[in-house]
Amino acid sequence: MTDISADHARTATAGDYFALLKPRVMSLVVFTALVGYVCAPGAGDPTLGFAAILALAVGAGASGALNMWYDADIDARMARTASRPVPSGRVAPQEALGLGVALSVLSVLTMILAANLLAAALLAFTIFFYAVVYTMWLKRSTPQNIVIGGLAGALPPAIAWAAKTGSLTLDPILLVAIIFMWTPPHFWALALTQSRDYANAGVPMLPVTHGAKTTRAQILIYALLLAPLAYAPVLTGLGGPLYAGVALIGGAAMVVLAIMVARSKAGDAAEGGDIYNARAENKPALRLFVVSIAYLFALFAALLVERVAGLHP
Amino acid sequence: MTEPQEASRDVVKLTPEEEAARKKRNVWIALGLFAFMVLVFFVTLAKMKAGVLDRPL
Repeated sequence: MTDISADHARTATAGDYFALLKPRVMSLVVFTALVGYVCAPGAGDPTLGFAAILALAVGAGASGALNMWYDADIDARMARTASRPVPSGRVAPQEALGLGVALSVLSVLTMILAANLLAAALLAFTIFFYAVVYTMWLKRSTPQNIVIGGLAGALPPAIAWAAKTGSLTLDPILLVAIIFMWTPPHFWALALTQSRDYANAGVPMLPVTHGAKTTRAQILIYALLLAPLAYAPVLTGLGGPLYAGVALIGGAAMVVLAIMVARSKAGDAAEGGDIYNARAENKPALRLFVVSIAYLFALFAALLVERVAGLHP
Repeated sequence: MTEPQEASRDVVKLTPEEEAARKKRNVWIALGLFAFMVLVFFVTLAKMKAGVLDRPL
């Protein structure tokens, strides 16, 4: 909880409130949800699909605002997050809370209206899981915080799938599993370059609690699990030849980079501050972090292109 | 005769910048509400197209 009492908000812009919604996370949610929606069987109504994905984006934004309300004390102590609207004093914590609660309710109700109860229930669960289970509980109590909490970020394609079809099958669960398994190596690569900030803020990230060496080993294990898992949609028929190529090349790149991280000294000297000015020994971790974003994007983009271009039924 | 009540209240005086910022925020709230209204309208149309009203009266 925050005890920040800022002289705030009278000159706050709409952009400050929009920043509370974590637009970069929202864009990932919209993209993965769009792929889930397009890949789901059936024609689907474009208006209802648009409304469902918008509801998902707003729901993700709402949980971002709740996260920024609750974590303002942590954010204020970390260089990467100190300029966020609440710790910088541009928006009052209560306003972030109010916006988060209001948009949460609005997004779930809109999902009921535009789609169905299953999609709305999944969206409500996702918001609750991110805002309460991850933010209020896991983040401050266990180094497995981003592993378990990653489920919230992984669910959007399944919610979109459910919004279109009213049910869930193995394929959307595979998409969720891929994002879920992708999150630890992605986030821990960043955490290796930011461990000093996490330690200062009292966040028990894996590099802080178990050291850089264990983190590097865990990154490699998850990358080794992720690569074959990301190929699984080819076996179920969800992914076609283009997806298969991306999964093979991308998976190999992730494993190679994870091996390079494992053999490096990334994170040995605790560091914080600007992530893109990392010291030389942390560069392999930074490289993996950047490539992991491109990898996930490429996997989902391949599914989308195959459907839109008619390369795969 | 008593003084008007307003005189004894703590009235927050906004600076011109603060007033301008409030006005902009209000415009964005209005746009957001209007967009939501439009969304509900089109979702309703789409639902009706799907046959929600297609039943014996």
